[in-house]
Amino acid sequence: MNWFLNHIDLIVEKTGQHLVISLLPVLFGLIISLPLGWLAGRNPIARAVLIPVSALLYTIPSLAMFVFLPLILGTQIIDPVNVIVALTIYTVSLLVRAIADALSVVDASILAAATAMGYRPARRFLAVELPLAVPVLISNLRVATVSNISLATVGSVIGIEGLGKLFSEGFQRQNLDEIVTGVVLVVVLALIIDLVLQLVGRAITPWTRTAVKS
Amino acid sequence: MIEFRSVTKRFAGGSVAVDNLNLTVEDGSFTVFVGPSGCGKTTSLRMINRMLDPSEGKILIDGKDVHEGDPARLRLGIGYVIQHAGLFPHRTVLDNIATVPRLAGWTKAKARSRAGELLELVGLDASMAKRYPAQLSGGQQQRVGVARALAADPPILLMDEPFSAVDPVVREGLQDELLRLQSELDKTIVFVTHDIDEAIKLGEKVAVFRVGGVLAQYAEPAELLARPADDFVAGFVGRDRGYRALGFLPASQLPVGELATIIEGATIAQTRAVLHDGWAVVVDRNGKPIGWAEESRLHGQDPAATLSEDLLHAGGSLYQADGGNLRSALDAALSSPSGRGVAVDADGAVTGAVLADDVLAALARARNDGEVRS
Repeated sequence: MNWFLNHIDLIVEKTGQHLVISLLPVLFGLIISLPLGWLAGRNPIARAVLIPVSALLYTIPSLAMFVFLPLILGTQIIDPVNVIVALTIYTVSLLVRAIADALSVVDASILAAATAMGYRPARRFLAVELPLAVPVLISNLRVATVSNISLATVGSVIGIEGLGKLFSEGFQRQNLDEIVTGVVLVVVLALIIDLVLQLVGRAITPWTRTAVKS
Repeated sequence: MIEFRSVTKRFAGGSVAVDNLNLTVEDGSFTVFVGPSGCGKTTSLRMINRMLDPSEGKILIDGKDVHEGDPARLRLGIGYVIQHAGLFPHRTVLDNIATVPRLAGWTKAKARSRAGELLELVGLDASMAKRYPAQLSGGQQQRVGVARALAADPPILLMDEPFSAVDPVVREGLQDELLRLQSELDKTIVFVTHDIDEAIKLGEKVAVFRVGGVLAQYAEPAELLARPADDFVAGFVGRDRGYRALGFLPASQLPVGELATIIEGATIAQTRAVLHDGWAVVVDRNGKPIGWAEESRLHGQDPAATLSEDLLHAGGSLYQADGGNLRSALDAALSSPSGRGVAVDADGAVTGAVLADDVLAALARARNDGEVRS
């Protein structure tokens, strides 16, 4: 506990860095997955390619990804961009399928009604399909986010800043307090972000909590 | 005016859904497409707003081929109502109704205020505005569906089996409401149903389709019942068509005979004094019928006692002397325990009685006058 209180500044700094390298990839991953998921949901050929490929990406070990990405990207090995790109890839691999599935459960008759009202495809996607897919989307986004917060710690092995540094350095210094602080903070951070996403999801889907009255 | 010109629709795999359809829907008319499943009625409807495109032939609206121009723009001018309403579950009732005005570029405030007017027009309470579709009954959802279709005041309204998923009592209410709306709004309505009774009740013209997408007959309902074009149409319009045809002859031509009435709360003796051929109708203060008093049930009762309701026969159906038709008059006569059908005015007060023979005589006169072709 003393270690924690004496290193508040360091902890705040590491937490901030950790949030950047774990949450930016969620945002980028979502932006990339939306069109891919939409395509996979509409086109059977796109689905046959995108779903297995994205699933395969998730099986690449994170450490291997962090080590090989600099060779592909031409970045320094300790550049946080490597982690951000790697976690973006994992996010995409989780979300493409989720988005394809979330969109496919939207009632076809509602979409037909939207088209018949005069919606053009792009506007219909943003105004009708996407909002109706939000409940499924949010639950998958929570999985991807928590996964990223956890995976981002692996970056510390190759020298990337973040909460993972607390356990890799604590391990070198044989400082148990530092290791425990790191572990606890990662878990707490994951729980808080998960809760925030859950609340945001509830706030933007008020219709899902309406009791059926006759 | 909507014109189908030699329209054929073939689906992938070669099945023919609509076969060389030629048909004109007049402006401001209520036209019903009816037929068994697989007859192409819905396919035909969906080609009007280009949810489907014909394989051959063309569809004109006011002389202009729907195929020229932008489908989204075309659809903004055509209201569309489907089974189960197809409301957007994530939008409130008000925002559902405001959809098309918003798409047409209205401001949010103007679209919502218009949506509020529509809510009232379709007979829903303003308190419904903030609810989500899942909080409404099926009938209410369907009203919202109609309001949404009418919001941008399109000249054409397409309705694809809109009432088939609601229970019969609610359905009848929705049908009456739709007829009332149409009398106010004068839209060009094309309505698809598999229910011939619904078609005959709603349609000014009815197009009967047979399996394979062939138009079997396109006529006014009375004509359809009186002169089905072939055995298929005759079979489809059903066995009771002679009886149903009476629904197109007004009851106002019937002579309304005298009827003995007695106000509720009268004594047995007072009631027995007014009986006519052993029967009298007991009415409430507003003249509305409660039931029939019959001599055989009153005989032997204490003359000074008040006539109690459990001594009465339940009444039969009623018919409106003005505005009703021969079908409801005949049913009133046949269902009445005394054999006299009770005629009421618009407020439901008793005006007189009619006998089944009177109805048949009126039918015979109508035939002689050429109002009915037999």
